[in-house]
Amino acid sequence: MSQATLRIQKISGHAGSVPGEDTQREPTLCKLIDTTTCIGCKACEVACMEWNDLPFGETVFGNTYQTMPETRWNYWNLILFNEHEREDGTLMWLMRKNQCMHCADPGCLKACPSDGAIVQYTNGIVDFQQANCIGCGYCITGCPFNIPKFNPETKRVYKCTLCTDRVSEGLEPACIKSCPTGCLHFGTKDDMRELAATRATQLRDHYNFPNAGVYDPPGVGGTGVIYVLHDATQPELYGGLPKDPHIPWTVQLWKGPLKWLGNAAMIGGLIGLFVHYLRFGPKAREEEDLVPHEGKQP
Amino acid sequence: MSHQEQLLPHGHVLRYAFHERLMHWVAAFSYIYLLLTGLAFWSPWLFWLAVMLGGAPVSRMLHPWIGLIFLFGVLQMYGMWSSQMHFTEVDRAWFQSVGHYIRNEDDQMPPAGRYNAGQKLLFWGFVLCGLLLFLSGLVLWFPEYIPWNLRWLRYTAVIVHASSALLTIGLFMIHVYMGVFAERGAFGSVIRGDVSIEFARRYHPGWYKEIVESSTPRK
Repeated sequence: MSQATLRIQKISGHAGSVPGEDTQREPTLCKLIDTTTCIGCKACEVACMEWNDLPFGETVFGNTYQTMPETRWNYWNLILFNEHEREDGTLMWLMRKNQCMHCADPGCLKACPSDGAIVQYTNGIVDFQQANCIGCGYCITGCPFNIPKFNPETKRVYKCTLCTDRVSEGLEPACIKSCPTGCLHFGTKDDMRELAATRATQLRDHYNFPNAGVYDPPGVGGTGVIYVLHDATQPELYGGLPKDPHIPWTVQLWKGPLKWLGNAAMIGGLIGLFVHYLRFGPKAREEEDLVPHEGKQP
Repeated sequence: MSHQEQLLPHGHVLRYAFHERLMHWVAAFSYIYLLLTGLAFWSPWLFWLAVMLGGAPVSRMLHPWIGLIFLFGVLQMYGMWSSQMHFTEVDRAWFQSVGHYIRNEDDQMPPAGRYNAGQKLLFWGFVLCGLLLFLSGLVLWFPEYIPWNLRWLRYTAVIVHASSALLTIGLFMIHVYMGVFAERGAFGSVIRGDVSIEFARRYHPGWYKEIVESSTPRK
């Protein structure tokens, strides 16, 4: 939930300008996940549930170590386990901590019709305000990463907050704090990108991962969560991480050209009908005018 | 309904039977609710409409249910009127001289039947858009049950729902304008059911001819 000290730069479903926009600048925050040093211990999953006080739900066994098939409204942080056989016959056991990516251009926020239900703070965190949520689920459609999840009981949508309540007090997110291998890092976007690039270079030069690289997809304006991958050319291997994510084009069309075209047509239509009445009037002034004159004419 | 029953005393003609009027208003009132709540979700500048109607979460909850009532009204009207809505040669000529219609030169129009070509267009527009709105609306009602590999359904639904709603808004504006302002007598016909015989002769000459030729008016 929002903190008074956090400034907002984008508001969902908001008419007019954003109050206080550009009055303060902050460095964009970023989480760096190095999948090459993740051991799949799930400490981050537990820390997320504990800190955010999420009620425990049933786990689902699917022949892997994975806790459940995908994130839930009360399970925001999930490590995806995937086995990949390389061309030389060796096996790669890929583990990727999956959660909200905190896009710079968030599809959830774009699709949301409710004023203030989704906000983006000046530090880049995308946060759901359940008090303003109307439960329409448009955010689910707007998100290219399958992250927002609907709770049928409260009829609200939930997801990772990037531990906004911790971050606004100068602490790191709970998942970062709990990581025993140091594969999770937290800091400014610039610092994290530099660290990620250094690690990717190391993997390419010294660890025989010629395709190692950083995942920070430009299609959504870059993300507040970036990955170091052994093979950045195939992000799909890591539990279906989209190669080139975008806000769905129908959502862009709906919230962009269609909106302006529709508004122009509706307002133009009203004006057109009014002008038609001024110019031509009713087909007959009163119903009596319709009765043909009989007998004497005036 | 025989033509004999359609002729009423004092030079009036029954245009819409009770069931036709009732179903028109079932669809009309539900459409107006759908329009207002739908516009609230369409634009942040109109979000206050949902607040006025009991709050946006209430609007989000009721919109699909009222949509089912609207669908019921549309299907009823489809059942009653679809056989009278086939386009004919007269309708083709009517569209060609639509300019006269717009300029209120009704004496220069080809003789329309019970429904003129514009009304038929309105009918088919609402039937088609009503079905599209229903199908896309089902997806938007329960987006959380659409699995990730069928997400294209949600992507299609948002654009289909908005586009077909916009089309109905265009039809609706013209329909209300014609029925309430432009064609005096039309609004009463869908409330009381009758129009003057002169209304029938002037706006629906084909229909007028049918009625008069097959019956003798009661005095």
